[in-house]
Amino acid sequence: MHIKLIVNGIEHALDIEPRTTLLDCLRDNLDLKGAHAGCEHGVCGACTVLFDGVAVRSCLMFAPQAEGTPITTIEGVTPGPGELSPVQDAFCETHGMQCGYCTPAMILVAHALLADNPDPTREDIVDAISGNICRCTGYAQIVEAIALAAERMRGANRPSERQK
Amino acid sequence: MSTGHRFVSTDRRVREDRRFVAGKGRFVADIDLPNTKHVALVTCPHPAARIKNIDKTTALKMPGVHYILDGAELAAATLPLMTGLDTPNVPRRPLAFEVARYSGEWVAAVIADTRAQAEDAAEEITVDYQPLAFVLDAEQALEKGSALVHEAHGSNVLLDKTFVWGEVDKDFAASPRRLSLRVKWGRSSTVPIETFGVVATWDPWREILDVYASIQMPRFSDQIGAALKIPNTCVRVHYDVDVGGSYGVKRGIKHTVLCGYLTRRLGFPVRLIEDRLENMRGGDAHGPERLFDVEVAFDDTGVVRSMKMRALENLGAYAGRSPFQLGKPVGAIVGPYKIRSVQYRAIAVVTNKTTQDAVRGFGQGPTNLALERCMDEVANVLGLDPLEVRRRNLIRHEEFPYLIPSGTTYDSGDYHTVIDKVLADTGYDWLKSERDRLRGQGKLAGIGMAACLEPSGGNATFEALLNPKITTSTFMDSCRINVDGAGAITATMHTTSSGQGHETLVGTVIGEVLQLDPDTVRVTRPDSLNSLPSGTPVGSRMAIMLGGAAFHAAQKLKAKLAAIGAHDLGIPVERAVYEHGNVHDRQSPSSGRSWADLVNIAHRNYHRMPEGFEPGLAVEHVYQVPTGGTLPTPDGRVHMYPCFSFEFHLLLLSIDPDLGRPEIVRYRLGHDCGTQINPKIVRGMTMGGIAHGIGAALFEEFAYNDEGQLIAQTFMDYLLPSSHEVPPIDIIDHETPSPYTVLGQKGSGESGYLGAPAALANAVNDAIRPLGISVNTLPIKMSALGDLIADAGSRGPE
Repeated sequence: MHIKLIVNGIEHALDIEPRTTLLDCLRDNLDLKGAHAGCEHGVCGACTVLFDGVAVRSCLMFAPQAEGTPITTIEGVTPGPGELSPVQDAFCETHGMQCGYCTPAMILVAHALLADNPDPTREDIVDAISGNICRCTGYAQIVEAIALAAERMRGANRPSERQK
Repeated sequence: MSTGHRFVSTDRRVREDRRFVAGKGRFVADIDLPNTKHVALVTCPHPAARIKNIDKTTALKMPGVHYILDGAELAAATLPLMTGLDTPNVPRRPLAFEVARYSGEWVAAVIADTRAQAEDAAEEITVDYQPLAFVLDAEQALEKGSALVHEAHGSNVLLDKTFVWGEVDKDFAASPRRLSLRVKWGRSSTVPIETFGVVATWDPWREILDVYASIQMPRFSDQIGAALKIPNTCVRVHYDVDVGGSYGVKRGIKHTVLCGYLTRRLGFPVRLIEDRLENMRGGDAHGPERLFDVEVAFDDTGVVRSMKMRALENLGAYAGRSPFQLGKPVGAIVGPYKIRSVQYRAIAVVTNKTTQDAVRGFGQGPTNLALERCMDEVANVLGLDPLEVRRRNLIRHEEFPYLIPSGTTYDSGDYHTVIDKVLADTGYDWLKSERDRLRGQGKLAGIGMAACLEPSGGNATFEALLNPKITTSTFMDSCRINVDGAGAITATMHTTSSGQGHETLVGTVIGEVLQLDPDTVRVTRPDSLNSLPSGTPVGSRMAIMLGGAAFHAAQKLKAKLAAIGAHDLGIPVERAVYEHGNVHDRQSPSSGRSWADLVNIAHRNYHRMPEGFEPGLAVEHVYQVPTGGTLPTPDGRVHMYPCFSFEFHLLLLSIDPDLGRPEIVRYRLGHDCGTQINPKIVRGMTMGGIAHGIGAALFEEFAYNDEGQLIAQTFMDYLLPSSHEVPPIDIIDHETPSPYTVLGQKGSGESGYLGAPAALANAVNDAIRPLGISVNTLPIKMSALGDLIADAGSRGPE
């Protein structure tokens, strides 16, 4: 079937089988490989993308269901080639990953959280990532990454103490 | 953290992270070769069945289908997969041949244009099965009259060896006390978030099989070549594929041989990416399921003199290297304790369950559980504090290097100090009062502890111990460094990584030796045809082994630069000082040669090179395992791994008495892995290991029903710890350098996991002991614990 998807601000016209999941469509039709298949039954969260800003599991949606709604993938939050968003940079600073497989999804969840809640508590962060399984890290450095990103983003564009 | 180092042990970023945060890792499923076809699998629904007929007629007519491969064709064209033990009548093949031996075993493979088409067609294949008798339980598999998993083998026993190290009978006779304990480690695994996957493509003109795989396996290309009956020089494994987690299990040899055969047979690239069900059921990636019967002999002060341990391993239907997981713990069979004699009986049986492969710790985690449960029970029967009992048994700092009864020498350690540091952080009295306060509130509360070793360095002498036909006494790793004509440094490593940060490791070590910014060192991974030998990232070995290889290669380069500089300055090489890439004369520091000068001489001015030197600046080092190089003695003593990291877990657990729901109130870990090359990486590994251990202790199990069906087939039945289940954990570091490694480093890839299950089991038992009950089977699931507590409650306190 013929559908139009808006991904990372670009509209794509696609011919796909109706049963194609959004995850497969992003990876196979649009070559956006940052969303990963983990369990393909909606538990691990490795396939997370932002659906109108909300973190959803792209393995549980058919691509046609996403028609018309803006979708953001990890490629969409990366500012440019070789450049990192504050959240991405914070994950590097704390080493909030090991194998990197769940990482794009974790970062998208963090972006969604911080858009709603610029000053999350530890519990807020733990809740936000609780639907995303990481097998490597035990989560500590991921939680620290998101807290660090929040702190830095809150401090951005504010006059420094000296200037006040 | 101590130092004296410029880059080692400093808080530096991990270079691999940049690509991962951008979603630009290159995982196997990201590799799109033109014209690739996809594999889906037909699996056996019975725990044991004879395959009478496979009807492919309908499936072959389905859209997009190219081919259907069955076990008979594959068995005729290939050799069985490599096994560790000498068990020729237990052949292991990618597809079942004549008989299928577990529910979920692969029976046929469908190859189609898309994965969806292949799956559709797989459903249309009709297999005529004759169900056979089966056995699931390891003890039943030992019994005479049990169903035989492999009839030709004549029994279900693949291994039954008894070792006696020291005067066990005498020590038992001389000990006033003894106790015995039965402990079971449940069947779980590492279950990475990325399943196993492989893409294989055969080029008949170059005669090369290119393999892209999510692999972590020693001798992978050798095994592919052997099974496909092609020279290893025709197999090219690409090591620059990022592996989405492994922790031991990514060993998809059967997947790879299957795809290798298919691409050679069909002429196009073939890809098999497991879905989660395949990964958990037919991917042959389960971990140990081990029953321990342990007896310890001790005195009234709690000093344990001797131990008898019987370990019965339920291997599942086939065996590759998995039985060796009974062998590795021999190298740390007494843990951190001065137990002076040991009898160890290791038995491995086949059953009609999914095949195992290597899991983080390679059998050490279950062994540590058995040891640590014993230590707590010794304290319990004597009415002593479990911490005090451990202190009395621990090897003391001044006793290293320490030879244990089974023949391994521990390198170094300071166990008492590590424990003291943990207690200084979290007072033991405070923990006890907090436990009592929780008990006062009607909760069940317990303190758990575990003092464990992480053997590291990865020498594989357990192979020779359990299979005398194997005489391997090395497990090397290697590094090559080339400084190009512009002075840029490229180093190579020769295996895949699955999150361990090996590129950072190599860069840091070379930067340290050469006194140059590690970030300027490019680290690459050539394919298997362009590589030096590597034992791969198993056995907590890469910091030691790849780090050691990089260190020595960098030292060779430094020596060559110093020699070139000295020669050009006209001074003896002893007078040349290497500093930050430059070489100067010790007696005249202003007189020197810069990095650019030295590179120019080596690459362009051969007339200025010392006599006999090779032009250019290329060096390599193949590093032998420190302390390795010997085989087991005839009486079964073996020096196994070179280094032994120590971890001391201490936690407070609260259990809701109505639900059986455990909550970790406080968790502290004392950790000593010698010099930490990158502290961020070590901390992450350790935290992740504890999380994994929490899963193995409380949640994760590949459970089977009585009909032989695996009933944990999704992440809704096989529960991986989420951020809610992993509490904040404080790690208290201590650093006892290893005398045997280049920087004093030890291993940390298995840290946390090797002790967390034991500490949690001890905490649960401390919590429920007032009810007169105990639990010694992992995982300790909330439902079972709740029932146990309810039963005890209805009986009333004892």
